[in-house]
Amino acid sequence: MEMITVTQENFEKQVLHSGRPVMVDFWAPWCVYCRRIAPAVGQLADEQGERLGVGKINIDEQPALAGQFQVETIPTLMLFREGKAIGQPLIAPSSKAQISSWLQENGAL
Amino acid sequence: MADSIYDVIIIGGGPGGYTAALYCVRSGLSALVIEKLSAGGQMAETEQVDNYPGAGEGVGGFELAERMREGAEHFGAQTLYAQAQKADLRANPKRITTDQGERLGRSVVLAMGAYPRMLGLDGEQELRGKGIAYCAACDGMAYRGKTVAVAGGGNSAVADALMLAKLCAKVYLIHRRDTLTASKIYLKALQENDVEILWNSRITRLLHDGRLTGVELAEVDTDRRRELACDGLFVAIGRIPDTGLAAGQAEIDSSGYLVADETTRTSIPGVFAVGDLRTKPMRQIVTAAADGAVASRFVEEYLVELFSGQP
Repeated sequence: MEMITVTQENFEKQVLHSGRPVMVDFWAPWCVYCRRIAPAVGQLADEQGERLGVGKINIDEQPALAGQFQVETIPTLMLFREGKAIGQPLIAPSSKAQISSWLQENGAL
Repeated sequence: MADSIYDVIIIGGGPGGYTAALYCVRSGLSALVIEKLSAGGQMAETEQVDNYPGAGEGVGGFELAERMREGAEHFGAQTLYAQAQKADLRANPKRITTDQGERLGRSVVLAMGAYPRMLGLDGEQELRGKGIAYCAACDGMAYRGKTVAVAGGGNSAVADALMLAKLCAKVYLIHRRDTLTASKIYLKALQENDVEILWNSRITRLLHDGRLTGVELAEVDTDRRRELACDGLFVAIGRIPDTGLAAGQAEIDSSGYLVADETTRTSIPGVFAVGDLRTKPMRQIVTAAADGAVASRFVEEYLVELFSGQP
């Protein structure tokens, strides 16, 4: 599935009113570790696209969204379902397996 | 898949791992790299690599890692993105258990690298990302215009301090000795960049109000205490080799490194160690890559012996 570029304008439609859970990756171009997790996030979008939406929020371009969800450190992954953030955010995961099990624990996979 | 047996399974997709993969597949062997996140390991978390031959005026660590992966895959290496959980290194074939199932290999190259050593102080884990960081190249930008301290005295600590000096209002380097472990050439660079070195000092406490606000320092000789206010602390006190998978199987030295000489052979036949987790005098991208190339030669030798029934 295609990665969604989430902005203030499309956040409500693409994330809150999505018909499936959406994992959002808060990142910025200068964040080196964000680059490292990006391939794993992209693979999950490809592998799990039928039941999971995957989006990215560039915190430099979308400071209001980062502020709204109190994202202080990146990369931070958040999961949304039925209009709400669910579970604890996942900060700087060390492996793809950690992202998968976080999604499973929160009922998204 | 689980039924097929690879000639070699390489655990860890850093420069050592992917170079081993490249050389093995170019020798006609089947090779699987098991990588937990994305190619490159510690190198991928380096903003800019300047000291790898051919890097020119610098190349991004992540980009270089992806090129190493693409190069190895172009010649037939496969990558499995999975966490290796257990390795039965003495079995034949060798058996690697991952969160994506089991994989079998006639030989194994261990290339899991290393991760940063922590200070071991109260609150360190909780303050990670809230003032405590382990990678200046990754997190430095968040401290632009602020006051930061770097703990350590080796090459990484000094490189971190110099990088932060370009961004931050003030940089302290906290070192427990009275001389740097880092190359001499660095001392002048630190002075030129107004990095203030606090010699003979160790950090005894992290001060915080939910975020780091400073550190308590003890003078090593006198144990006299004082507080240093800072917004960020970059911990660069060394690395721990990630050798858990081989624990209790292959020989590991008192510092935790896998014992292997320049042939990369470990104490277990058919198991090789490349890169930062191997006993060696210098841990660099170029020496990890060199290990990978050398390993391929001894993997081949081992497989020839295996098929002629010798070992």
